[in-house]
Parts: sequence; C-alpha cells; structure tokens
Amino acid sequence: MYTQEVRHSIARRAAQELRDGDIVNLGIGIPTLVNNYIPSDFNIHLHTENGMLEVGPSPSPDSVDPNLINASRQPISELPGASYFDSGMSFSIMRGGHLDATVIGALQVSQAGDLASWAVPGRTVLGVGGAMDLVVGAKRVIVATTHLTKDGNPKILPSCTYPLTAKQEVDVLVTEHAVFHFSEGQMTLVEIGEHLTLEELKAITPAGFGVHPGLTVAKRKEAIH
Amino acid sequence: MPAIRKTAEEAMEYIRSGNTLMVGGFGLSGVPLKLVDALVKTDLTDFTVISNNIGTPGQGLGKLLNTGRIKKAVGTYFTTNPDVGTAYQQGKIEVELLPQGTFCEALRAGGSGIPAFYTPTAAGTELAAGKEQRVFDGQSYVLEKALKADVSLIKAHKADDLGNLVYYKTARNFNPLMAMASDLTIVEVDEIVPKGTLDPEAVITPHLFVDILVTG
Repeated sequence: MYTQEVRHSIARRAAQELRDGDIVNLGIGIPTLVNNYIPSDFNIHLHTENGMLEVGPSPSPDSVDPNLINASRQPISELPGASYFDSGMSFSIMRGGHLDATVIGALQVSQAGDLASWAVPGRTVLGVGGAMDLVVGAKRVIVATTHLTKDGNPKILPSCTYPLTAKQEVDVLVTEHAVFHFSEGQMTLVEIGEHLTLEELKAITPAGFGVHPGLTVAKRKEAIH
Repeated sequence: MPAIRKTAEEAMEYIRSGNTLMVGGFGLSGVPLKLVDALVKTDLTDFTVISNNIGTPGQGLGKLLNTGRIKKAVGTYFTTNPDVGTAYQQGKIEVELLPQGTFCEALRAGGSGIPAFYTPTAAGTELAAGKEQRVFDGQSYVLEKALKADVSLIKAHKADDLGNLVYYKTARNFNPLMAMASDLTIVEVDEIVPKGTLDPEAVITPHLFVDILVTG
C-alpha cells in the first residue's frame, strides 16, 4: 500500500512538468494533488470539464456552493477572470487541442504510450467520463501514477492488458521512482530516483525502455517505503 | 410568444410512456430535481433516459431507476450510482456508455441538424467496437450518431417571460445542449423575470428552444 508521502512525491514531480501560462486539466486521484505544488510565480489556468476555466482552491466549509464543483464533484472556488461554459464548449476546449496539458492517473501504461485508466477486465464498469477526450485532445499528456499497483503488481507494461483509454497519447510518465518520456511509440527513461539502481528499476518495469544519454538522478527520499 | 408556465406536476402531462427523455446535470448539480420528483410520482414508464449520470442512490434519477421505469440509459458515468450496475447485472436496464465529449457533441449535433460526426475520441478502444472508423490525415476517427429526444427536462437559473435562459456557475453543464436536441423542452428555473430585464448578451439559451417553464 502506498503512503500519502509517496502520492505527494509523485504530484510534486508532476507539477514540475507544467510550464508558466499553461491551460491545464487535472484528473482525479494523485493529479488533484498537483495543484499544491505549482510554483508560486507560475500562472497556471485550471480547466474543469464540467464547464469552467480559472478553477480556484477548495473553499472553506462555510462558503461551499453545491453548484460550483469540479469534475470529481468536489467544491471549488472561482478565481478572478473565471468563465463558465456548457459541456459542449468544455469538450471543444479539450478535444480541439486547446489544453496545453493534462495530468491524469493510470491503471496501466504501455511502452508505446498507450493508456488504460477506466476499466478492469471481468468487472462491469459503467463509467468512462471525460478521460478519453482529455487524453486524445490535450497537447501534453502527463501521467502521474504509482509505479506498481497497490498489490505490488507492475503497471508499466510491454502492452496494456486492460481496456484502453487511448493509444499512443502519453507524453510523460511520472512515478515515485522515475520519469519517462514517450515519442513515436518509444519509451525513454529521463530521470531516476537516487534510491534505486537502473537494474532495480528494470526489475519492476516490464516495459522495454531506452535510457536518455542525459539521464538525471533525482533525490526522492520520500519515495522509499 | 411567452413560454407556457406550469407547475412541475402539470408539466408531466406533456410526457408519454416510452418517451426518450434528456435530463440535464452533472452529478446532482444542474439536475431539475423538482421535475424529476414530479416524474417519479406519475405512472409513466418505459423511458430511454439520456443523461450524464443516473443520479446517486435514491436521489434524482436514482428514484426513477429504483421504481423500474428506465428501460435504457445513455450517458457517460453511471458509476456514481451503484444501483445502475445492479439493475444492469440483473438485466433490468440497457446501458449505452459514451465518452463525455462524444456525448456532448452528439447532443449538439442532434440539435443542429447533423446526423453523425467523426471524433478521434475512443478510436482503437472497446468503446469504438462495431462503429465505423475512418482515417483522415493519418489519424483514426470514430463515426458517432447524434442524440435526439422527445422531451428534455433541464435546469436553468433565470428565465424571462419569453423563455430566454441564463444559468448558474457549473450547474450549466449539459442543459443548453439538451434544450436544443429535444422536440419539447421543460425548464425548471429559480426565478422568472419580466421580458427585457435579462442582459441580451448574457442569454445562453434563446427562448425559441424553450417551451414550458416551471419555477423551483
């Protein structure tokens, strides 16, 4: 089982992938934590697919408005410069390529950059929501996820065994141990935590990947568990 | 011509058993809860319901589901109500699941005279199984059909006498699209104001899409 520290470590590293001025949609789970780690001198404009730009932080309990919520149905607030729009406009923003980035969770990621995030074989899943549109449309898809499942099984695989959300749409994968980039169906390790060796990383990563010549070794001591 | 004003109960006279209904809302925000409650109290049944969610257990459309009146549900995220999964497993309802952007675009197309459209969303996934796919400029697209309904039940913030609508924050969601895609639109509003008092630049749904107004 992963600790909150590990989840925050992933979110903190994923936040570094954002660029000043980006229009960003944060998915549910670890991605929602990314908002805590955006550099204070950055202007990041948060979009929520139920129809709003300039999403602000969670309000205090006495100023919760049930009709001001994010896509996880959690209360949010409105920043100066906010706008509201219907769901059609919201998905035009997403699918039309107008989001600079999305940070999204994953059940599985393949070495080609395929993503599985919505269904598990053998279980009836009656919800897909906006993930497919988000991943197909955003200019950069940053997956933020734990390296293994909570049962300790690999998630980063030669090919996904779960139903796909989208094919070859992942650009960056951030885990507590490493950062990978994807380009033209190839996966490349660009950063590794100093707490593990390349051999140890390969042992928990069935996917085939190259190693970038400028590989960075990063201090991620909170990831050790 | 002014929109017709009715109570929620009276407005149900425009609905028939077997109708295809669109119901607005994301979660319970922007759901016309008074209209849904009035519908639950009728004897009408056998509905195809087009809505992002089917409420939550015992709330909103969850009530209509639990009284066995939904024949088919078309939407994107029924996970918010485990009763939908149970009814599906028991063979009591049919379910058609669409990616949310495809759902919105199908509503917009339905109201805009477009019978079908190509979208990149879901290409190469299980949700595209059995659907026509076509490559444009090297990318795969899925052919999706428009959605239309006999009646839509929607929620807006304010209407004027004519039926021009403005919405409130993230309660807008699917409501304006559904107003366009149905033959008859019944709107639950918080307030009806005199014609000429809404800022024309702020009107989101022009009155021609609105038939019946119910105050909440």
